[in-house]
Amino acid sequence: MNVIAAADGEPLIRWDWIGDHTGQLADLTVHHLKLALLPILFGLVLAIPLGVMCVRWRWLYPPTLGVANVLYGVPSLAFFMLLIPYFGIGSGGKADFTIIVPMTLFSLSVLVPNVVDGLRSVPDPVRQAATAMGFGTLRRLIQVELPIAVPVVIAGARVATVASISLVSVGMLIGNGGLGQLFIDGYARDFTTPIIVSCVLIIALALVSDGVLVAAQRLLTPWARRRTR
Amino acid sequence: MNLADQIRAAWTWLTTSAHWSGGDGIPHRLLEHLQYSALALVIAALIALPLGAIVGHTGRGGFVVVTIANFARAIPTLGLLLIIVTVMSIGLTPVLIALTALAMPPILVNTYEGIRGVDPDIKDAARGMGMTGPGILLKAEVPVAMPLVLLGLRTAAIQVVATATIAAEVGIGGLGRYIIDGLARKDYPSVVGGSVLVLLLAVAVQVAFVGIRRAVVSRGLRNQA
Repeated sequence: MNVIAAADGEPLIRWDWIGDHTGQLADLTVHHLKLALLPILFGLVLAIPLGVMCVRWRWLYPPTLGVANVLYGVPSLAFFMLLIPYFGIGSGGKADFTIIVPMTLFSLSVLVPNVVDGLRSVPDPVRQAATAMGFGTLRRLIQVELPIAVPVVIAGARVATVASISLVSVGMLIGNGGLGQLFIDGYARDFTTPIIVSCVLIIALALVSDGVLVAAQRLLTPWARRRTR
Repeated sequence: MNLADQIRAAWTWLTTSAHWSGGDGIPHRLLEHLQYSALALVIAALIALPLGAIVGHTGRGGFVVVTIANFARAIPTLGLLLIIVTVMSIGLTPVLIALTALAMPPILVNTYEGIRGVDPDIKDAARGMGMTGPGILLKAEVPVAMPLVLLGLRTAAIQVVATATIAAEVGIGGLGRYIIDGLARKDYPSVVGGSVLVLLLAVAVQVAFVGIRRAVVSRGLRNQA
């Protein structure tokens, strides 16, 4: 067992490989972001109305959360396999949905509870004040309740985004893993450079996306900043 | 192949008696899967529970721990596994390292947040009763934080059980064999059947945690969180 380098003296990273593959790395990075972030967007589009309904009709919440948790337990690879007959296999076009659909459903197990917790964190006096000002249910929801829920919803989106970016790489097993494609490239040739480079890029993408969401939260909740000042 | 065909294929595969015996039989693969998963979860818990509890109790180093844990969440498990296998060799150790790395962040963060979030009044009451540091941690903070700690363990357990599937990619057993081998042989019923088994296992883990929660969470806290 040699932990420092492979038996033939191959270094862990060949730096010149990176220079020779910048084009491919850029393309895979863009595709990786598409596969990982579209599901968060779709997840929010689904989770916000679901969360609103779960707050309004309390009995709906336990079964909704139960289904989301069961979906979360499905191994990503298994989920991809089940969808291949519908969307196809490979990278690009319709086949991307083989990855995007499961990732969207995975995100719900984090996003739905956070939307619900966020909406429940709205203080009753605030809700009553909005009603007293003549806000209807929908207007109160959009202009008062959802903005107050933003920090909790974004906290959920951050966890879901980081998980999504790292999980998309499993798609490599069916030929569509974004940067994960490089795992198999390296593994098949006993060559660690592509695996390490893609892992580092994936971690960097996750951290940058997380930072963007933190910035988005600051922009969306200006009152929180003013209060701390 | 539509959904009905998929269900039929999985059902036929699962009910074929030949799939229930021998080294590639479902009971043996299930046992392997449970072994790797349980071992990784126990190792992760042995490291993350005390670490999270101590950091949460002392309040020192919390930011560092949460930052590192969030960073660790971003590591793609499959990539980590393949790096370790390429550098070391194929075996159980790389799989255990990768799965342990996957399980630690949720346990660590939830234990830390749980202990840190304990009402200061409760800690004061414990101190007033004559408890000292370790006593306060074990007899007051841990029981109060238990629901959140269990939530972390449950998240970790589900992720590990679902992800142990990819161990098959590096030639290790477990339920992933049916999916990876089925994919290689274009044996679709095996892929669907294996997927259904892992899904059932994940559901079983969730149900088990409902039971554990009932057993270890103090009755006074059960209606919260």
